Amino acid sequence: MSTARGREKVAFAVLGLATLLTVLPILLTILYIVKNGWDGLSWEFITQVPRSGMKQGGIFPAIVGTILLIIGTMIFSLPLGILSAIYLVEYAKDNTFTRLVKLSVVNLSGVPSIIYGLFGFTLFVILLQFGTSILAGSMTLAIMSLPVIITATKEALEAVPASFREISLSLGATKWQTTRYCVLPYAIPGILTGTVLSLSRAAGETAPILFTVAAFYLPRLPRSVFDQVMALPYHLYVISTQVPNMPTQISFATALVLIILVFLMNLMSIILRAHYRKKKQW
Amino acid sequence: MVAETVIKTVNLNSYFGEIQALKNINLEIYKNEIFGIIGPANSGKTTFLRALNRLNYLNIAYRQEGKIIFENQNIDEIPDNLLRKKIGIIFAMPQVLPVSIFDNIAYGPMVHGTKNKKILAEIVETALQKAYLWDEVKDRLNLPALRLSGGQQQRLCIARTLAVEPDVILYDEPCSGLDPISTAKIEDTMQELKKNYTQILVTNNTKQAARVTERCAFFLMGELVELSETTTLFTHPADRRTDDYVTGRFG
Repeated sequence: MSTARGREKVAFAVLGLATLLTVLPILLTILYIVKNGWDGLSWEFITQVPRSGMKQGGIFPAIVGTILLIIGTMIFSLPLGILSAIYLVEYAKDNTFTRLVKLSVVNLSGVPSIIYGLFGFTLFVILLQFGTSILAGSMTLAIMSLPVIITATKEALEAVPASFREISLSLGATKWQTTRYCVLPYAIPGILTGTVLSLSRAAGETAPILFTVAAFYLPRLPRSVFDQVMALPYHLYVISTQVPNMPTQISFATALVLIILVFLMNLMSIILRAHYRKKKQW
Repeated sequence: MVAETVIKTVNLNSYFGEIQALKNINLEIYKNEIFGIIGPANSGKTTFLRALNRLNYLNIAYRQEGKIIFENQNIDEIPDNLLRKKIGIIFAMPQVLPVSIFDNIAYGPMVHGTKNKKILAEIVETALQKAYLWDEVKDRLNLPALRLSGGQQQRLCIARTLAVEPDVILYDEPCSGLDPISTAKIEDTMQELKKNYTQILVTNNTKQAARVTERCAFFLMGELVELSETTTLFTHPADRRTDDYVTGRFG
């Protein structure tokens, strides 16, 4: 048969193989963690405080800590990130300065997380005297998440057809009304995706919380935002490397809990996205 | 009868970056007339139309010299949202928002402060009736506007513009994507609207200009070549280039 047909088969095979090679390691990692951690999961494990040098009991304070940090990160990064993206896309004049700001934002998302950790430590813990606290940790994670949230929001806004804005403005709507009613509603699915992605990354980060919030061992719940907390990723790091003779099942179960938490966040965003898509038809 | 001037341009020059799109345009548009603008592509007719409600400024490369006077006021001194409420526009391709028929029309009045559902429903009905679309859609106002046919969508756009109660309606080649029957319906609508609105029609279709307009301007490469009564323009054009264009020798 023709060579075009042959090439088609080669292309199909190469593309399929590439996809397989991408998906397989992730799938295997998850399966490995589930296999080794599943038996460690129990009601006790997720509702009890750690005991006997963290070798027994549960990881309840770390779960609560991570959830609190996610919420804190969201509070600080979401409004700031989305509003500044709106400014950059809808309001800012297209000049050298704006382009420089946009470029910096993209580059900031490539900065290693330990840099954010040290920056947060210097600014929030030392200079602003928040101490090692949920407040300092959330703000550090928020700063780390901002570039991704801004970039995702920016792209979601830019993907809304220019004609929507033109229609709205031509009817005498103000710029803000146009943004509010004819741009944002259509950008929300994209904004959600980017935001949840960056928040799940924040949930799994160790370096930024290392000096700003994470407690090595604190078998109680925090009393205020100025309290330290345990957090899942740091706890995982501690029990995997700092505690001798740790049962591996506990490490795997902890990892599994973290993965499930992130998975639940993504599930929530998928449901929200579907909800918004259903409302708008285009 | 002395015609009342609604819009007047004085030495209007327009530029997109280095390119001059309009060259020293001086003309007046009278109340309740249908004013036609014809000309080949890149003749500046759309630029002229969009200059009248400052939509050109959405393009950051746009610059303008000269004055546009609307109801005795320089339009640059009128806030954009108020100006565009008074001077509405119908775009070349039907541009509907991906929401329901009702919401498309209610949007304009809503941004101008009407929140009451009952009043909005009345405005929507009136606007749809004026655009001769009411009978076709009255049972399915909650249907996505994108499900309507092209011709219906364009009349929806007219209804949407009417809903904010403008004085002037600009049409930017409103029938370029439509079939002859839909085109005829739009032209009928324009004739009906003459009683209460000043209308400016930019069109590629010289026959349409001849059918619909009362006075007509011929634009060529950013210049206003000729402006006269439509019948005169089409039967005894003063300029050779106009004659060539309306008889189809170029364009």
